[in-house]
Amino acid sequence: MNIEAACLASGGAKTAVVYADDYLNKLTGEKIERECKQRLDEGCNELVVDFSNTEIVNSIGVSILLGVIDVASNAGARVVFSEVNESTVELFDMLGVSRHAAIVSSGQRSVVDGRKGTDPQFSDPLAADRRPLTT
Amino acid sequence: MPHDNHLRIEEFKQVKFRELIENKNKLVHTFGALAELGHEVARRANFQETIRTSLHLVLGSLGIMRGGVARYSRFEHELNMLAVRGLGDSFPLSLGLCYEDERQFLVNGLHPIEVSQASVLPFFQIYDHTFSSTKLELFVPLVISDETVGALFLGEKASGEPYTSYDREVICAMGRHVGSAIAQRNLMTEIERRSDENRKLYDDLKMTYGDTVKAFAAAIDFKDKYTEGHSVRVGRYSEIIAAELGWGEDEVEGAATAGYLHDVGKLTVERKIINAPYRINAKESAELNKHPAVGYQILAPIHHPYADVPLAAKYHHERLDGRGYPDGLFDREIPYIAKVVNLADSFDAMTTDRPYRRRRPANEVFDDLHRNAGKQFAPEIVTSFFRGILKELNGEVKDKKFRRLLGREYMEAEGLAIALRNSLNEMAPTSPLTMINPD
Repeated sequence: MNIEAACLASGGAKTAVVYADDYLNKLTGEKIERECKQRLDEGCNELVVDFSNTEIVNSIGVSILLGVIDVASNAGARVVFSEVNESTVELFDMLGVSRHAAIVSSGQRSVVDGRKGTDPQFSDPLAADRRPLTT
Repeated sequence: MPHDNHLRIEEFKQVKFRELIENKNKLVHTFGALAELGHEVARRANFQETIRTSLHLVLGSLGIMRGGVARYSRFEHELNMLAVRGLGDSFPLSLGLCYEDERQFLVNGLHPIEVSQASVLPFFQIYDHTFSSTKLELFVPLVISDETVGALFLGEKASGEPYTSYDREVICAMGRHVGSAIAQRNLMTEIERRSDENRKLYDDLKMTYGDTVKAFAAAIDFKDKYTEGHSVRVGRYSEIIAAELGWGEDEVEGAATAGYLHDVGKLTVERKIINAPYRINAKESAELNKHPAVGYQILAPIHHPYADVPLAAKYHHERLDGRGYPDGLFDREIPYIAKVVNLADSFDAMTTDRPYRRRRPANEVFDDLHRNAGKQFAPEIVTSFFRGILKELNGEVKDKKFRRLLGREYMEAEGLAIALRNSLNEMAPTSPLTMINPD
């Protein structure tokens, strides 16, 4: 499994980046869910799920992501889906998942990364040391 | 003007095309979820896990934010939650139903019920606050084969849109799968319960049968004051031999039973013949020798839980060399169980006092058995018997059965273990594997 997370702090914001595997199903989805809950318990107020390696998200994956969004929302945190491929974006749009999580592309992510200091919408997850944590 | 019309038509075509693509994607996604759900239910894996996965699939197929699956207990009239997602800790684990709810859900079948439109039913009145605080929108009774087996609780869609008729069809189809999983589980639980009941009944019957057999054995032995406990001991020896031969648990029990009952025919023989304090004459001997056939007649009409119990009684005096009675059968003609009981019977006769002689010394008895292997006794039965005794003498078994049956002194006869080892090595009836180190 290739699920890693980096918890980075900058100013008042604390962002966790969770990396999804190539196929987001029950097994990998539940690992992401555990990881996200752990990061929220640690006080993160922003969860970035990185889909750069993810090709397919099935129904179980969708349900798990909705659960993550729900838990994050109850904890006052926001969820960002990063580098999501076209077919998954279509799926998220079709099912309304994208209404509850910001979806940013690879290019936007770089812009976002560069804007961390100025844009209050984003914390600064990548400017600090990135320490991948293997789950 | 025609140009504008053409543009409008093109625009309309594009909108329809987009809708078509979207519908196609929706269908593919839903079909995938349904296929996975079918596979999950058919897999019959861990039930809790199946239900959890099923809930994921229902929620994920339509993008539903929260929900739960409950199993219906018709005895408790309760819906017991099996899996929940996003309903919070305050959602009840059990929800009670009244008769009116149950009847209405049965009539409704698998069709989703709009929670906000169902306030007429007591169920929705009682749990109104719970359902509204958890944003539940649909309730789906899981009705399988005219029986409510559970329910689905579904919250709002992530899209914020109301449930469409397409969504309801999908939920209905998926609900049928989830309901089938619960119905299957209920059926399995019922089968297991009945199987347990049957097992207990069978055990009780077996115990009653065993007690009856032992009572019979005691009755037989009571008739013969000189050979008190003979039937019980033959039962024990037969059991030891069967176990040593590698028979299954039931067969070992069967061998013990055959041993207990082998002399049941003696119940019809005159006491003075059985208890004669001298060697009986030919006439008395002929009378006594009828007991195997009579035993068979007594035992044959009974339905025994073990095979061949009557045959053991009938043929336990047959010999491999054909010089036995009642039929003078040869080796393979003799039922195997009768060969086992024959050895056990002869061994007990030799190792107990009789009215006309004392019991024979251990070394002499085992030597006799050895010499008669292949003539009176089946060699592999003799070696199995010797092996069982040797194990006890070598301390390889905790349960000292022979010591209990024969007495400590008898079993500690000098050179007994060596004699048995030598006998085993000499007989070696089947393979070199029976070789035992004489040291």
